[in-house]
Amino acid sequence: MENKVRKGNFKLVWQMLYGYKRYLLIGSLAVVLSALAAYVSPIVTSFTIDYVLGGAEPSVPAFVMSFIESIGGREFLMNNILLCVVAFILFRLLDGIFVHIRGRSVAELSEGLAKTMRDRLYAHLQNVPYDYHKHVSTGDLIQRCTSDVETVRRFFGVQLLEIVRTLVVMTMTISIMSTIDVRMTLISMISFPFLIGVSFFYFRRVMNVFKEADEAEGILSNIVQENLTGVRVVRAFGQQKNEMDKFEEAHKTYSDLNFKLSKQMGVFWGGTDIMSYMQICITLSFATFFAARGELTVGNVMLFTSYAGMVMWPVRSLGRVLADMGRATVALGRLEEILEVPLEAEPGKAEQPDIIGDIVFDHVCFGYDYYDEVLKDISFTAKKGSTIAILGSTGSGKSSLVQLMQRLYQPTAGRITINGTDVNDIDAKYLRSKIGIVLQEPFLYSRSIMENIRIVDPSAPEEEVYDAAKTASVHDAIMGFEKGYDTLVGERGVTLSGGQQQRVAIARTLMQQTPILIFDDSMSAVDTETDAQIRKALKGRKGTNTMFIISHRITTLCEADKILVLEDGRLTQEGTHEELLAQDGLYRRIAVIQDMAGDEPAAN
Amino acid sequence: MDYELDFSESKVDLKIWKRLVAYGWRNKNLLFILIFGQLITALVDIAYPLMQQYAIDHFVVGKTTEGILGFALLYALLVILQGSSVAMFIITAGKLEMRVSYAIRDEAYYHLQKLSLSYYDRTPVGYLMARMISDVMRLSELVAWSLTDILWGIFYVIGCVISMFSLNWKLALTVLVVMPPLGVLCFFFQKKILKNQRIVRRTNSRITSAYNEGIMGAMTTKTLVREEKNTEEFKELSGTLKKAAIRSQVLSATFMPCVMILGSIGTSIALGKGSLEVLGSVITLGTLSAFISYTSQFFEPIQQIARIFAEMQTAQASAERVFNMMDTAIEVSDDPEVIEKYGDIFDAKTENWEEMEGHIEFRNVSFSYIPGEPILDDFSLDVKPGESIALVGETGAGKSTIVNLVCRFYEPTEGTILIDGRNYRERSQLWLEKNLGYMLQTPHLFSGTIRENIAYAKKDATIEEIRRAARMVHAEEFILKQKDGYDTQVGEGGLLLSTGQKQLICFARVVLANPKIFILDEATASIDTETEQYIQDAITTVLEGRTSFIVAHRLSTIRNSDRILLIDAGKIKEAGTHDELMEKKGAYYNLYTNQYREAAEESLLG
Repeated sequence: MENKVRKGNFKLVWQMLYGYKRYLLIGSLAVVLSALAAYVSPIVTSFTIDYVLGGAEPSVPAFVMSFIESIGGREFLMNNILLCVVAFILFRLLDGIFVHIRGRSVAELSEGLAKTMRDRLYAHLQNVPYDYHKHVSTGDLIQRCTSDVETVRRFFGVQLLEIVRTLVVMTMTISIMSTIDVRMTLISMISFPFLIGVSFFYFRRVMNVFKEADEAEGILSNIVQENLTGVRVVRAFGQQKNEMDKFEEAHKTYSDLNFKLSKQMGVFWGGTDIMSYMQICITLSFATFFAARGELTVGNVMLFTSYAGMVMWPVRSLGRVLADMGRATVALGRLEEILEVPLEAEPGKAEQPDIIGDIVFDHVCFGYDYYDEVLKDISFTAKKGSTIAILGSTGSGKSSLVQLMQRLYQPTAGRITINGTDVNDIDAKYLRSKIGIVLQEPFLYSRSIMENIRIVDPSAPEEEVYDAAKTASVHDAIMGFEKGYDTLVGERGVTLSGGQQQRVAIARTLMQQTPILIFDDSMSAVDTETDAQIRKALKGRKGTNTMFIISHRITTLCEADKILVLEDGRLTQEGTHEELLAQDGLYRRIAVIQDMAGDEPAAN
Repeated sequence: MDYELDFSESKVDLKIWKRLVAYGWRNKNLLFILIFGQLITALVDIAYPLMQQYAIDHFVVGKTTEGILGFALLYALLVILQGSSVAMFIITAGKLEMRVSYAIRDEAYYHLQKLSLSYYDRTPVGYLMARMISDVMRLSELVAWSLTDILWGIFYVIGCVISMFSLNWKLALTVLVVMPPLGVLCFFFQKKILKNQRIVRRTNSRITSAYNEGIMGAMTTKTLVREEKNTEEFKELSGTLKKAAIRSQVLSATFMPCVMILGSIGTSIALGKGSLEVLGSVITLGTLSAFISYTSQFFEPIQQIARIFAEMQTAQASAERVFNMMDTAIEVSDDPEVIEKYGDIFDAKTENWEEMEGHIEFRNVSFSYIPGEPILDDFSLDVKPGESIALVGETGAGKSTIVNLVCRFYEPTEGTILIDGRNYRERSQLWLEKNLGYMLQTPHLFSGTIRENIAYAKKDATIEEIRRAARMVHAEEFILKQKDGYDTQVGEGGLLLSTGQKQLICFARVVLANPKIFILDEATASIDTETEQYIQDAITTVLEGRTSFIVAHRLSTIRNSDRILLIDAGKIKEAGTHDELMEKKGAYYNLYTNQYREAAEESLLG
């Protein structure tokens, strides 16, 4: 990873800022104006002290002076000091208002940018080929979509304006100061390069410790999590002591790293504090020295010291922002990587023909690129309206076979036709809406059971949902929940048992009313009786449905019009239950194991 | 329910704070360093304006440069003093934070290792995780950093007030008028800001779940053609987040200027009234400058104090939850005499342990999870050493309860369970546990290699022993096919393996542990038929000479058991070998034939 870190280019950000660019403008303007106002208020103070109180020559622009002369000069102000106070408050107020506007624009800008990024990433991830998800880790993707987005948001939405602010503030300091005293200006900025340099290098380095500490936290919580979820295992083997030792080791590493972090922080903040205040010390000492010799006014001594204080923070954070820039571009690069993954494409004509008819596999081969071939030269015909059962051991390619029909993957050779049309010539979304598939480990969305079942058509009447649930033998179980169909499932709701999940998924697929139905070992967690019940109910609904059922259960398989036996990616047997029982092969072996070939219960 | 983001508040409870403070008090020396460091930091902060005052009055107004070098050196000294104390307090606070979190978390984890399984049965893991990780973090942060901030804030405010009063009490009094409204404003805003930040965090975690759902459910989404709808729903959610985040930031962007302006009213009072007094020669120019400095800084500590007070209520709720967990009573525990003789789970006196034979007897055992709803009632059973017992019956009949009682995960509410003729409460839990082998329906692996997982209960096992165990359960074949063989990482929770493979590894783990009592709780449910056949053979070999309990749905897996017990409503309805029970044509016979009747009919009809 490290040697090929990819840096993002800013074009993408500029593009995503579309619609929010005005906030960039308003924000920058507010930054400039607030800095102006902030810099004027110390001048009001020094003016009051020097001119009004001390009678010295003030260092304010000529037009201000002529205005003051016109209202009555120093005499007038001495009698109306309140005016100076009002001017002071006025500038602070202006400063406050612009700070507010800046904050508002930064919020709009950065959150707008974040929303655009999030939406684009989500939409993109929804539309990439499924194959992509098989190759990438979920954790990594989620981290990119959350913390990398956050890094990019902070940098381009917030910190960039901070750079603008620092530059404005520095320019302003230099220009105001240099009109008063050039020597003092240089003296007042002597520490800036050091401050920027130190914080830049510090934050670049400390990032690694941050990362280490984060990883240590991850390891620690993983250990706790595994201990808690595996509490029965821990107890059954009497391993509490070893678990405690394992935990304490990780806990210690975590603590030590965090302490190391605070040590580095302490040295950094303490050190830069010294540098900053030393700058004030130098400024104050020299200003005092010059003032004592009559080369500078009292007000200007205060002015220089307060400017030195004001500019210190932005300068110190500038180093940090520059250090973050590296991270932000890397984060941006990681996001670009996702957005550049090609979306699922239509390889053929994207037609929308009738999906009723024979399904033919014609010398189909398939493999995920990093595996060996998963399916080798598969050919068979599924007659319209027939039920095809598939038997095979784990990893024999059963799931891949049915998923190819939905075009979740592309065959590496051969073709699949439905009613004579190559599936590659059928619009993918149309095709999928006509083929219902229940996956082995079905995914339920975190919402109510009702919403899950009618997820494809939220306007479907409740009666239809009940019907589907009854067919899937899950209606009674649902009614048994306290909130019935309104029970929330998924991450935030109750956890359904494996069998319940499968049955809810079956009901959901039934709602699609598709001409082709596929059960990818989707009753494995349902007991045999319920399994039989569901199949009986399905028969009543069947009609012209062509069905594919993957199962280990001979009781399920034996009812099919045709049984396919897959071994190691090859189609080794094909036929009805009786035909296959008569052959020597996997089917009969399994059947014997499951007591089907005339064992005692059948004989009795 | 998102346990991580539980920000509930509770009424002030001094007991909790006392306990929390006690954790800090264990590190008295750190606390003193903190107090000392913050005192210095605040003192120097207060000294700076006074230095400025001196510079103006003495050098500038006095028009002399004499002694200015000494002045500069003194100032520099103050700077170095403060910088060092800042470094010191950050390091000390960091140390305190780690010490406190280490102590609380370690204690909590220790307690969790002892808590009874009944607690785990009613408490979700997510809840415990949130307590162990984020709540403890929040607490130690509060104890260390909030203390640090508040110490500085208090020292600074007090010092500032004293300094101003000694400079000119009238002017000081006038200037301080803004302090109370400033305090109220800060507290009010901080509470609101905190509330909004929490809304943002909650929404943020919903976004993360949405991504998670979008990615984990990618295949389902494709098969249901829901890509567009999902994206639309996501946009709505991200819109909600955007709105909440903007609201929270705008609130901060309103708060800061308000504080600034209110603070600058103090400064302007100093400027206006101070100027008049300078003109009237009541105060010096230097004093005026000191007042201006003080007034333009003192909103800072007030803001800090207000923030900490606003955070306190949630922190207390966090503490309450963590302490509650740590105070939960342990239901199954060893008596002091037993611990005396056999040691506890962390310090076993194995030299006093008797060899186990494996004779188990339930003597008139009754048990209920909820009082008044008995699962077992006056249940008796005698299992000879080395006998294999199969438990059959409907869900809720009491099969798992019997197993739980044998393992002493729970204890009988009435009656006794004897192992080798003695009440098992007379021996330590660990003695029993070390003699147990337990396989669950859902296999559980720990992060690490396959080898480490097999050797879980026998850390010093040689690779030969490990391989023998793996071979015995027919796991070696697939293990050697993995990238690094036995040294292949299984991934978090065994993520990189299939359920069947995980099950085999768990099985090897039990075999290596070489237990006297062997329990299989629906352990073969997720293994495919052919592999299961292998395992059946292995089980038969492995069970030789061990007392075993097998809970199974698939009746074909228990036919070789010495005794099959059909459990119904907490009672033994039928008992005997498979052949005996089939002969009897009772409930077991019906159950067994029922499982296959339909299929049998089909095949006969065929």
